[in-house]
Amino acid sequence: MTKTTKNNFITCGITLGLFVIFGVLSMTGVLGSQYSGLLIPIGIYIILSISLNLTVGILGELSLGHAGFMCIGAYVGGIFSLMTQESINPSWLRMILALIVGGIAAAIFGILIGIPVLRLRGDYLAIVTLGFGEIIKALANNIYLTMDKNGLHFSFAAAVTDADKETSKVILEGAKGIKAPQDTNLVLVVIVLMICMVILMNFINSRAGRACMAVRDNYIAAQSVGINVTKFRLMAFTLSAAIAGVAGVLYSHSLTMLAPKKFDYNLSILILVFVVLGGLGSLRGSVIATIILYALPEIFRELGDYRMLIYAIVLILMMIFNNAPAFIALRERIGISAPVQKIKGIFTRRKNTAGGADNG
Amino acid sequence: MSFISYLISGISLGSIYALIALGYTMVYGIAKMLNFAHGDIIMVGGYAVFTAMSTAWCPVWLSVIIGIVVCTVLGVVIEKVAYKPLRNAPPLAVLITAIGVSYLLQNLALLIFGSAAQNFTSVVDGMPPFLIVTDNGAQFFTAVEPGVRTSLKVSMETFLSIVVSIIIMAALTWFINKTKAGRAMLAVAEDKGAAQLMGINVNGTISLTFAIGSALAGVASVLMCSAYPQLSPYTGSMPGIKAFVAAVFGGIGSIPGAMIGGVLLGIIEQLAKAYISSQLSDAIVFLVLIIVLVVRPTGILGKKIREKV
Repeated sequence: MTKTTKNNFITCGITLGLFVIFGVLSMTGVLGSQYSGLLIPIGIYIILSISLNLTVGILGELSLGHAGFMCIGAYVGGIFSLMTQESINPSWLRMILALIVGGIAAAIFGILIGIPVLRLRGDYLAIVTLGFGEIIKALANNIYLTMDKNGLHFSFAAAVTDADKETSKVILEGAKGIKAPQDTNLVLVVIVLMICMVILMNFINSRAGRACMAVRDNYIAAQSVGINVTKFRLMAFTLSAAIAGVAGVLYSHSLTMLAPKKFDYNLSILILVFVVLGGLGSLRGSVIATIILYALPEIFRELGDYRMLIYAIVLILMMIFNNAPAFIALRERIGISAPVQKIKGIFTRRKNTAGGADNG
Repeated sequence: MSFISYLISGISLGSIYALIALGYTMVYGIAKMLNFAHGDIIMVGGYAVFTAMSTAWCPVWLSVIIGIVVCTVLGVVIEKVAYKPLRNAPPLAVLITAIGVSYLLQNLALLIFGSAAQNFTSVVDGMPPFLIVTDNGAQFFTAVEPGVRTSLKVSMETFLSIVVSIIIMAALTWFINKTKAGRAMLAVAEDKGAAQLMGINVNGTISLTFAIGSALAGVASVLMCSAYPQLSPYTGSMPGIKAFVAAVFGGIGSIPGAMIGGVLLGIIEQLAKAYISSQLSDAIVFLVLIIVLVVRPTGILGKKIREKV
């Protein structure tokens, strides 16, 4: 068993273990309902942050439109479930099909966006992905879809009027969003999370993953050794989009009503914050950072309005403490860098020279 | 006539975007960072002017100055406290810090002023429109009489936004190209190390850049809140993003680029709102941006940087 495999097993074990422990605690009622309700969203956000980590950490490109892919998954999966609510039973089969359909839809958009976008690099790529996310949100905000016995009726910016009133079923209602059946449960989220994690780990340790890291570390050198830069970048980007889409399907099926304004750029930024604080390229870091940062505002709930303020201050201080050259020197001088190194992957930045061994 | 009216309102909105975009582009050029908190500085400026104006003794001109000073000081303080320690840190760390500052400002405003939108009183409240075109011809600075049909109306706010922006852009262009401090900014943007060797105070220049950028945000906040008189803790975020888009559109780091990008973006947005769909105007703006960037990856006036091995 290589070191990488061992690391990956540890990461999967930690994640699965935490969910089993907290799942049992919530079932037996030890964990209050306030915290039990966090388990499913935390699972979904972990899927999102590990998928974004592929783009930002492994591919090295800043994406600010991850919520857009999530939105596509959420909508396509939700529409699929609503359309087949009568025809496909049991619900778990429908949900699995919805996950696949949502993931594929997001992947298709990933390819469509990726082909033009991946020609760009750096901040330009970031702004285009941001624009893409905003376009998806604006479209979702204005789409009306109704189903009746004649098929689907859809329109922009106004409620559908040509549908047969008696047999019609409203699927999408513009800014009100989508009311997908609530088929998501914790077991499903954990299973999907583990599958996504294994897929990502295998991708990262494959030839394609190493090619992506080579491109990230030195674009020109990677090109000069014959790596098909565009192909591998597109592959990683699409995979990242597909997994975000799957998370979106889970998300829309876990809420009674999902409004498109949820998918604004703040959501993309939130996921990016999880990824960066967890450590670029480290899946384990993403898992831990997501759990801590998602639960943090909940733990501070007694502080009421001050909790987001504290969150912001913690975020700034954490970034300065971990990245400022002055603080790094100070930490080394007083010798607390050893324990910090031990929890590497939680807060430290992954060193570019570490190769593929440390992405567990 | 209606086309001209949409065009004018587009230019007016665009000149506000341009002022904000200048702050983004200058800071990007000199510190190579995306200052995500820039949009929220606008919001703080808006609240500062709002608070000053709601006290009885403070005249409008003083309120505006207070707003600009608050923004300037805030920009410099943010730079010193949050960004300066991270000068040589990885760019993503700085970006997340900027996002943290943005959250901080929004939540501070939320705590102090509450989430409800405040009604901002325009700084030119009560003044007649700058230009009206009626059946009797064009009239300047005349109130519209009831019952008279106007085919074109340019409000005082629209006029003010355009004029103030033109003056500021001209002054900024002069400052950057002709004064010592301005040329120091260009030099630091070009090469920080070499600029330091030439005896330029790099830290001072960076602070100056943040001060100017934030002051422009202060001006923009007054103009924006006068034209769109709603003020909430999230007021600044969408114009902030759009201005950022405008800066990239024109070529980030380029000052004339930010001006052109801002004005073009405003025009596109207003025309899209008028002729295509008001709900989808944001989507159209971003779509145009994506098309421009795919065709010209460095923006309209961006410099091509050839990568060397």
